[in-house]
Amino acid sequence: MRTIGAIVFGWLLSISGAHAAIDPALLTPLASAGNDAKITAITALVDAAQREALPVLKAMAKGSLALAGERVVIVDGEHVIDAATNTEIMPAPELTESIGINNRLRRELASTLASLRLFSNDREVRWDAAQELASGTDAELLPLLEKALASETDPEIKARLQMAHAQGSLASSDAAVRLNAVRVLGDSGDPNICQLLQALTEKNGDSWVEPDSAVRAAAGTSIRAIEKRLAFAENVGRAFTGVSLASILLLAALGLAITYGVMGVINMAHGELLMVGAYSAWAMQGVFQAYLPNLLDWYLLAAIPVGFLAAALVGVLMERVVIRHLYGRPLETLLATWGISLFLIQLARTVFGAQNVEVANPVWMAGGIEVLPNLLLPWNRIIIIGFSVAVLAAMWAILNLSRMGMFVRAVTQNRPMAGCVGVPTGRIDTMAFGLGAGIAGLGGVALSQIANVGPDMGQGYIVDSFMVVVLGGVGQLAGAVWAALGLGVLTKFLEGWTGAVVAKIAVLVIIIIFIQKRPQGLFALKGRFVES
Amino acid sequence: MSSSPARTPFIVRLGRSFDARSWLLVGLFAVFALIVVPVLHLLLPPESPLHLSTYFITLTGKILCYAIVAVAMDLIWGYGGILSLGHGLFFALGGYTFGMYLMREIGRDGSYQSDLPDFMVFLDWQEVPWFWTGSEHFVWAVLLVLIVPALIAFVFGFFAFRSRIKGVYFSIITQALTYAAMLLFFRNETGFGGNNGFTDFKRILGYSITAPETRVVLFGLSALALIGTLLLARFLVTSKFGRILTAIRDSESRVMFIGYNPLWYKLFVWTLSAMLCAIAGALYVPQVGIINPSEMAVANSIEIAIWVAVGGRGTLIGAVIGAFIVNLAKSWFTVSFPEYWLFFLGALFIVSTLWLPQGVVGLFLRLRSRSRQATRPATSPAPRAPQPTPVEPRPAPPPAAKGARA
Repeated sequence: MRTIGAIVFGWLLSISGAHAAIDPALLTPLASAGNDAKITAITALVDAAQREALPVLKAMAKGSLALAGERVVIVDGEHVIDAATNTEIMPAPELTESIGINNRLRRELASTLASLRLFSNDREVRWDAAQELASGTDAELLPLLEKALASETDPEIKARLQMAHAQGSLASSDAAVRLNAVRVLGDSGDPNICQLLQALTEKNGDSWVEPDSAVRAAAGTSIRAIEKRLAFAENVGRAFTGVSLASILLLAALGLAITYGVMGVINMAHGELLMVGAYSAWAMQGVFQAYLPNLLDWYLLAAIPVGFLAAALVGVLMERVVIRHLYGRPLETLLATWGISLFLIQLARTVFGAQNVEVANPVWMAGGIEVLPNLLLPWNRIIIIGFSVAVLAAMWAILNLSRMGMFVRAVTQNRPMAGCVGVPTGRIDTMAFGLGAGIAGLGGVALSQIANVGPDMGQGYIVDSFMVVVLGGVGQLAGAVWAALGLGVLTKFLEGWTGAVVAKIAVLVIIIIFIQKRPQGLFALKGRFVES
Repeated sequence: MSSSPARTPFIVRLGRSFDARSWLLVGLFAVFALIVVPVLHLLLPPESPLHLSTYFITLTGKILCYAIVAVAMDLIWGYGGILSLGHGLFFALGGYTFGMYLMREIGRDGSYQSDLPDFMVFLDWQEVPWFWTGSEHFVWAVLLVLIVPALIAFVFGFFAFRSRIKGVYFSIITQALTYAAMLLFFRNETGFGGNNGFTDFKRILGYSITAPETRVVLFGLSALALIGTLLLARFLVTSKFGRILTAIRDSESRVMFIGYNPLWYKLFVWTLSAMLCAIAGALYVPQVGIINPSEMAVANSIEIAIWVAVGGRGTLIGAVIGAFIVNLAKSWFTVSFPEYWLFFLGALFIVSTLWLPQGVVGLFLRLRSRSRQATRPATSPAPRAPQPTPVEPRPAPPPAAKGARA
């Protein structure tokens, strides 16, 4: 942060044009022996000349300030610049002594530099400086902050500055000033400020840290206000991670919702279809690295169709070779597909190795949006949520708008009758299974961005995705969506209270109990059905 | 079982549930396990070609325990039509409850020389948790082995069968159950040693657990338990209870219309099956020397189903054969070609469901009936699907409409 600030600042310097000279008498104390003397010198220099002091202090922070006789100079590689006039000295004089700094001085310089940036003409620079100061201010900067507050026009920056000013005034000897500061700090949403205020309400031995009881009371009120804000942000964050988990569950379960929900086929190899999709993403990354290194960031877009087709192909093969012969025998299907899953796992191990492979996030998925001071929504999660919504919409459209979807629904509802009116039920089964498998492949492509990609990755999702389908009710897309959303958000909120493992167990137990009450899931198909 | 007018004594009915040839086989097996194996292992010098190694005793003893589990699984799946994917849980629970006793038997010989098991010292616990109370007594441990899994199975089964959850739904829920239990047992706070589970056992009832004599005794006990399980299961499935169970498997609704409540039949056989698994687990742990949460892994429970499927569902003896075939293959593969084991197991799942619906036993019966047909073409045509009871001495049960399909 500070180095970035320094760079921005350096750039500013280069465009800020001519400088008035500084009185050399103000500069020489910078070379004094003691740290305290140096700090006094820095404060005095800043008070006298704000804009002109910048290059000098910046050079000092970098340790490139030196003495050439009585003159204070800035050493920049081969060039030697007079600190007072900011002009290069030709020829370069002999340096007599360099002006060293220690950590304490370095901190002092950094915050002073940040406060000086408050007078920049660029709003972004001022905003950065205010942001930096708002997370920690010393009393020594107060006069500067007051000056800056007086000249600041932007309301957002002004609010930040007031926050910084209030922090600085906490150390004031005037109780009224402290009281006001504590009240202002109550508007913050920063956990650090909460800690700062907390310290005021504690006892130090027998005496209170904060002698004035009115200030203590105000601090308590402010703490509660901040905590409320923090709790809100935390809950929003949890809800977001819950939705994010839900989107992953949904991607993992959507394919299953077709194969199990619509066709009644228990596919225990579903997790391995996710794996096929994830490995396709990895393979596309390799292809792009080898042949299209310029477009490497966009390999993921190519991985989407490849992952779909690869998984769909595996699915069609599975259906044609094995599952076709087991229709109407769900328990046998379960065992046979489990066998297929073992087969695929070992195949992945033999072909790609037992280790996890590395799938990199493209640049456009890095970073995130900072919504609140302690709440960052990462881009990769947001994109996956969007992706799952898109997949859901596409699947809904295929099932409800296309001719094939109509056939699939017809076969689901009444297989013999559909066959009688000319629907090729066998081919529809294969296509529907391929579609479900392909969607699992899409899920795998998405998972490759946030989870480990390895031969065993599918096993971890099989229980979860079955839970989504069972909970949602068979034969329903809407059920799967609500179940995924409910499970995701519930899991994340329980995790916040009890820890990850207990939350997982609790969710499984809740599902088991729920199934007791509603054996057909959230959304049971309405109508008359003959059991077994 | 409701009373019949002229009640045959239990021992007679038990005796009749096997025919003479089967009793002979059981007797031969008992003699082999209880006399031949100990003699060959303990009395013959290791150089002798007939000497049975410790490896043989441990491996066979382990598979005998698996065979008990397979029979328990066959009982509910082959006859009850309930496919449990959570039987590994009951097996592990039996192992854990008996493992608690074995842990206490270590006494002060652990790494920390403490009265507490090592992992508790490691976690800085001062005393054993309440559920460990009394676990130092052998009798209490044996009682726990029977009670705890039975209780869990009963409660879970009661709610599941009462809401008429069946078929695939039931399978998936049992899978979730064992998955949840595995996560629970992986935690250190649960009080069962977390990741590492129980190991480093020293003694059982004061005898060294690694002594050859102890191994032979444990081996003999496993063989006896298997024989007992087979007898009990055979007796149950040939009784009236077994007929109703099979009827529930084939058409639950019809059985209800006739006036039976399937709940209690299913619940009884489910709880019994869980107890048999727990006994197998309790015998397994001292022989193998370790129990940890990975026994509850989803994959392990599904593997149990494949033992039964390979051997032949609804035949009981098929379960034993299947457990031996698959586990012997596993120990051979994992030593010789570890990378091909999963290929083989996966293929076994597919082949046995696609082409061996009645398992090895069914294949054998089909081949035999075909050869008989060839020699005596005058007899009535062989049944399309062989009866799932190969050693049926009494009149055959009413023809199973759908076979062992669930």
